[in-house]
Amino acid sequence: MEQLPFLPATPALAILVSLLAVPCIYLSDQRPNLREGWTFAAAFAKFFLILSMAEWILAGNTHTYELCRILPGVSLSFTVDGFGMLFALVASSLWIVTTIYSIGYMRGLNEHAQTRFFICFAVALSATIGVAFAGNLLTLYIFYEILSLSTYPLVTHHQDEEARSGGRKYLTYLLSTSIGLALPAMLITYTLTGSLEFTSMGVFPADTAKPLLTILLLMFMFGFAKAGLMPLHSWLPGAMVAPTPVSALLHAVAVVKVGVFSIVRVLTGIFGIDLLAATSLNTLICVIAAFSVLVSSLIALSQDNLKRRLAFSTIGQLSYIILGAGLASRLGVQGSMLHIAMHAFGKITLFFCAGAIFVATGKKYISEMVGIGRRMPVTMFAFFVGSLSVIGLPPAGGLISKWFLVLGAMEAEMFWVLMVYLASSFLNAAYFLPIVYRAFFCSEEEAQFERKVAEAPLWCVVPLVLTAAVSVLFFFHPQPFFDLAVMAVQGR
Amino acid sequence: MTAAQFPILILIIPLLAAFAISLFGGRRDKLAYGLLLAAMSGSFYAALQTLLLVLETNIPIHYRLGGWAPPYGIELVIDHLNAMVLCLVSGCALLTAIYSLPTVRAEIPDRIHHYYTLYCLLVTGLAGMVATGDAFNLYVLLEISALSSYAMLARGRGNAYYATFKYIIMGTIGACFYLLGVGYLYIKTGTLNMADLFRLLAEEEMQQSITIRIGFILIMIGIWIKMAFFPLHGWLPNAYTRASTTTSCLIAPLMTKVSVYIMLRLMFSVFSVEFVYGVIPWHEQIVWLASLAIVAGSISALAQRNLKKMLTYIIVAEVGYMVGGAWLANESGLAGTVYHILSDALMTLALFMAVGAIIHKTGKSSFAAMEGIFRKMPVTSAVFVLGGFAIIGIPPTCGFFSKWYLIRGGIETGQWLFVGALLFSSLINAIIFFRLIERAYFGDLSGHGHGPLPERDEAPAVMLVPMVVTAAALVIIGLYTSEIIGRIVLWTIPAGL
Repeated sequence: MEQLPFLPATPALAILVSLLAVPCIYLSDQRPNLREGWTFAAAFAKFFLILSMAEWILAGNTHTYELCRILPGVSLSFTVDGFGMLFALVASSLWIVTTIYSIGYMRGLNEHAQTRFFICFAVALSATIGVAFAGNLLTLYIFYEILSLSTYPLVTHHQDEEARSGGRKYLTYLLSTSIGLALPAMLITYTLTGSLEFTSMGVFPADTAKPLLTILLLMFMFGFAKAGLMPLHSWLPGAMVAPTPVSALLHAVAVVKVGVFSIVRVLTGIFGIDLLAATSLNTLICVIAAFSVLVSSLIALSQDNLKRRLAFSTIGQLSYIILGAGLASRLGVQGSMLHIAMHAFGKITLFFCAGAIFVATGKKYISEMVGIGRRMPVTMFAFFVGSLSVIGLPPAGGLISKWFLVLGAMEAEMFWVLMVYLASSFLNAAYFLPIVYRAFFCSEEEAQFERKVAEAPLWCVVPLVLTAAVSVLFFFHPQPFFDLAVMAVQGR
Repeated sequence: MTAAQFPILILIIPLLAAFAISLFGGRRDKLAYGLLLAAMSGSFYAALQTLLLVLETNIPIHYRLGGWAPPYGIELVIDHLNAMVLCLVSGCALLTAIYSLPTVRAEIPDRIHHYYTLYCLLVTGLAGMVATGDAFNLYVLLEISALSSYAMLARGRGNAYYATFKYIIMGTIGACFYLLGVGYLYIKTGTLNMADLFRLLAEEEMQQSITIRIGFILIMIGIWIKMAFFPLHGWLPNAYTRASTTTSCLIAPLMTKVSVYIMLRLMFSVFSVEFVYGVIPWHEQIVWLASLAIVAGSISALAQRNLKKMLTYIIVAEVGYMVGGAWLANESGLAGTVYHILSDALMTLALFMAVGAIIHKTGKSSFAAMEGIFRKMPVTSAVFVLGGFAIIGIPPTCGFFSKWYLIRGGIETGQWLFVGALLFSSLINAIIFFRLIERAYFGDLSGHGHGPLPERDEAPAVMLVPMVVTAAALVIIGLYTSEIIGRIVLWTIPAGL
């Protein structure tokens, strides 16, 4: 076998590195600069550890590292493959950007309990990478639960009545589904097949009864409620009470993407695309996801709170990803994997903008943002780019993934799915572009802002410009992510 | 050779310490405390050595008291199952002993040495029940532990006397049932040694005997009363709630777990797999009853507003877990029960210790005590949260893995009611604990987190250290699940299952 260009334990180290930062962050409670220094150190270390494996993975290899045997027959093991690498790269690179942003946001608003905030963030990122590299379903489940719990203090950060009810909803939805549906589904799978490993062929024998498969499929899809599939979505708008950096990274990238990642992993690794197509269970997945796509987009139209509108948009976009995997065609799955990356950069930009507006002006509602482009042109331009990416228009990365999703629908010969994608893109445009339009083009009487540029602090603006720029960059250079997605579909 | 004496040292050290403490401990509290710690450490060390010996040879140790051969002499038989439970008993007793001093001083200021004497006797009784290889001896030790526990429980708060009196009645009835059952076995077989009984009861004639069946049923009912198996649990919540902090930390985790151990021991070392599941075909109904116990215990726990009482109802539900797992009649279920003895003892210990510290510091035992506790007692609340996670069954704490095996056992045998009850109880536990964690985290809402923060007021180090050790054990045991299952639990699965 070829020599590994990195330590065999690198996946485990990439997970551990942010946990190791936790005591350091805790101990430098009184010295904010040092404390944020630790966060940066951990974020960069994590990113480079993951990057060090990227080349090897891009060359078409996968790497498995077994940490310990946690149950007889099932181990705590990490497998780095194209899909996991793609997600880990997205999450870890955005952590760096979000850290910059959080410093601007948290200090700008002089928030309390910042140490707790950064600690929970570090733990949450560990869990996210743990899910990305999970080598089997049990490992994935363990990190999934750790993520739910470590993000609870973040969601309820404000510690007021609204945060309490948001947090309650958050935990109720996430824990009850994971314990009540995903866990028994996993155990039934294990009892039936004796395996929880992800393989492209799936673990179920060909003669498994279809009703049983259908039940298991539904249990898994709704069990990972982080994916926000309707009707188990309402925790997500509720969780928007969190500070914006949390909404940005966790509720546009880490938490919700962990949900769809888990579902796609189960669909491709436990059921196997071929089995789904052969039993035409994929139609069921498509129907559920398509419903979610359309309804959430319609609800988003009516939201006046900017973060809530973004939340409903996220619910729709997450269902895109599941819909893509549900097509059970190679191009569709590639598209859905790519969309995890593309949507992440687009949506985080939008959230960053919402937060920057809040920090600079204290405004939360879209109706109060008429003419805001005069005051915050950079932010609103980035918002425009982010919207383009989410809608799927050039020159932004979202087009690439949507392109493949549409191709996948044609490959699977499911033309109604095609129509769903198109209809939802129109809706996306309908709920995003008016915000941008009204921000720049309005009469003097309507405008609620002076014609004087006053942006949010630099710590806030730089990250959102960065992510917007990367979104555009992906339009021209989607190659690395594209290759990873291709590899994830073919290689395994 | 000293190594061969370890099994008896587990029992003898606390017994002798009981005499020493009652004789000399009256002079100074610290002396009684020191003697207690020394005795518990010695007992724990002996138990650990015994466990290592069993793990090394993988054959049971037979220790004959005074060299008298069974069936006439008394014998200690230590295999994988009771070596583990012995370590658990003496380990928990040691941790609780370290933890005890501040609360005992506050709650039982007079005659601390008498209290500690009872403590040693209780541990002797518990360890003796676990170690013995003789069915009658077991009864004697059961009474020793029961009598000392009555005395300890009665020295509690409020109407502890009345609650304990109810327990005495119920406990005595339970013991009588057990004794009666053993009497039936003795009439038929003429022996009380467990190995001997096992050999004789395997005969065809004995398998068909009505007397033996009735004996078995009486024994089981007796043990179920002792372990508070629903619907025979009525005595437990009040008795444990009113008890003083240290008493409940010692008794609540251990008493029920030792009873579960005795049930397993009698099911498989006196009777046999064929008899228990075959001759008496009731195991499905017992699993249903266990499911009911889980649901009833969980719902009752949800209804409580007193921290300790809530925990006692959780114990009732957990007893349902273990009884159900044992009667599923398959390997995963039984492995889950054995593993759960270990994990449940530790998680209830962690919770009782944390709650005890909170009550000790705040003086309140209702939910109001939890308000703002994260700020006031960060370490204690971390232990509480971890214990709660283990009860809910969140990985990687050990509670997840016992649930994993129990649910798997339920799925494999098609006992969906049991599976549903386990999941239901996990969800209820999640509600119970997050309701408290919310209070602990948000505290008084008027401050909005920006107001004046409550002062830090943490429990003393002697209480914190054993708590943290227990909490760490929850995670460590969880991570070493496959080791524990492979090296200990699977050895306890009887042949023929």
